[in-house]
Amino acid sequence: MLITCPYCGPRDLSEYTYQGDANRTRPDPASADQAAWNDYVYDRINTAGEHREFWQHSGGCRAHLLVARNTLTHAINFVGFAREHGLPKHQERRKGGEA
Amino acid sequence: MLEQGIKRVASLHWRSALVWVWQEIMAEYSAFALLRNALHGNRDWKPAWRKPDPKPSYDVIIIGGGGHGLSTAYYLAKEHGITNVAVLERGWLGQGNIGRNTTMIRSNYLLPENSHFYEHSVKLWENLSHDLNYNVMFSQRGVLNLAHTPAQLDDFARRGNSMRHCGIDAELMTPDEIKRFIPALDISVGGRFPVVGGLIQRRAGTARHDAVAWGYARGADRRGVDIIENCEVTGFLRDGDRIVGVTTTRGEIRAEKTAVAVAGNTGAVMKLAGIERLPIETHVLQAFVSEGLKPFMDSVVTFGAGHLYVTQSDKGGMVFGGDIDGYNTYAQRGNLPIVEEVMAEMVALFPGLARVRLLRSWGGLMDMSMDGTPIITTGPLPGMYLNCGWCYGGFKATPASGWCFAYTIAQDRPHKFNAAMTLDRFKRGFIIDEKGQGATPRLH
Repeated sequence: MLITCPYCGPRDLSEYTYQGDANRTRPDPASADQAAWNDYVYDRINTAGEHREFWQHSGGCRAHLLVARNTLTHAINFVGFAREHGLPKHQERRKGGEA
Repeated sequence: MLEQGIKRVASLHWRSALVWVWQEIMAEYSAFALLRNALHGNRDWKPAWRKPDPKPSYDVIIIGGGGHGLSTAYYLAKEHGITNVAVLERGWLGQGNIGRNTTMIRSNYLLPENSHFYEHSVKLWENLSHDLNYNVMFSQRGVLNLAHTPAQLDDFARRGNSMRHCGIDAELMTPDEIKRFIPALDISVGGRFPVVGGLIQRRAGTARHDAVAWGYARGADRRGVDIIENCEVTGFLRDGDRIVGVTTTRGEIRAEKTAVAVAGNTGAVMKLAGIERLPIETHVLQAFVSEGLKPFMDSVVTFGAGHLYVTQSDKGGMVFGGDIDGYNTYAQRGNLPIVEEVMAEMVALFPGLARVRLLRSWGGLMDMSMDGTPIITTGPLPGMYLNCGWCYGGFKATPASGWCFAYTIAQDRPHKFNAAMTLDRFKRGFIIDEKGQGATPRLH
């Protein structure tokens, strides 16, 4: 499996560290909503098909990446910087001015 | 087997012994049956299981014709008298993890919830060949965990003590004893991770995985269970909230109780029932077998500084594996980095194997739960029962998993051995986290 880092170009899987499912929404750190935290910490959608996930190019530029990869075929359809494409939703809300 | 048989007969009253010998003679597979069939030109052997068409309805449907599904069907029939059962298998019997594992069996756990469950499994293994009248080649050759730091050895001693509290055998070994036990092992591990000791469970060992599937399948079939292959579940039938059967590629099948035991495909099957999220990720685990060698190692060994477990099969091949690849996948194949890592560990432990050729490698889909412990439970919907989260330890659990799942289905409540293995333990804060590592789908 080759992942094309937007900074370094195509690199071998062994340079990357998997950081897991990017479909989760981290609750606001101030939130005491147990169900939302349980959902974030334990529950997964476990997609068979295109899966949004985080990788870090830990053996290269160390950038955090958002990757869209097909879990049935290992085909990679999208790679972008996580800071641009993988924001947790509560941060998006903050950007929009809502608490 | 013969030795076990003689011991058992010697321990019985003469009348019970006679009954037992008579049962052995009349068994479908026995020396007597070989002789009888030889005299009839071997024309009378029956297939190990029938190929029935699905009936419109059953008392219980089990989705998944793997080890756990088949053993569940067997124990439903044997222990609970529920024989109007169908096992639905998408492909052919034994194509999944029951035929893809590295065949190791052990009960060397720290936490009592796991210890009692897996020890029950080992006890079922000990009598499984007789119980099934099918030689599963259970070989109690021992499982030896190597420790490479004093801290790790302390941890092993603690785990060994915990095992012995639960009535499970455990023994610490010194490096000298280990060297005598397995002379081929480089106990300096290349000088980098020297072996400082080990923990062995001598009653642990291996079994022939295909025979387990075939033995359970025949045992269930002979008690009236329909094993239906090439029958993929495409949806669930509902009556309000309640699950009342399934739609399949071979038509609609109704059932009072629908049980799911589909390992790596749990997410996909549960989505058909509208359950979108579970504390499970599907990952790939690779396994390897080398060309056949003369017998040189009569135990299972695990490497504690990395992650490697290795045994020598009766055919002579080294059967071994390591970590999961580590990313979500439903492809039954892995990538090269983990292959290199496992080979490096193998050669570090056994330098003498450096020039041995690899025969095959393959991958299986692991239902990695978030605390490394399985889920055997009623629900999550009425009329439904769920068995999943085996991480990469499902094979050794095959008998106990089926035994407990059958109990749970028949009685509508868990047995004490699986009472803690609920789906809502994550919400309630009662995770069974063997390694104390917190929520991650990389535990086992």
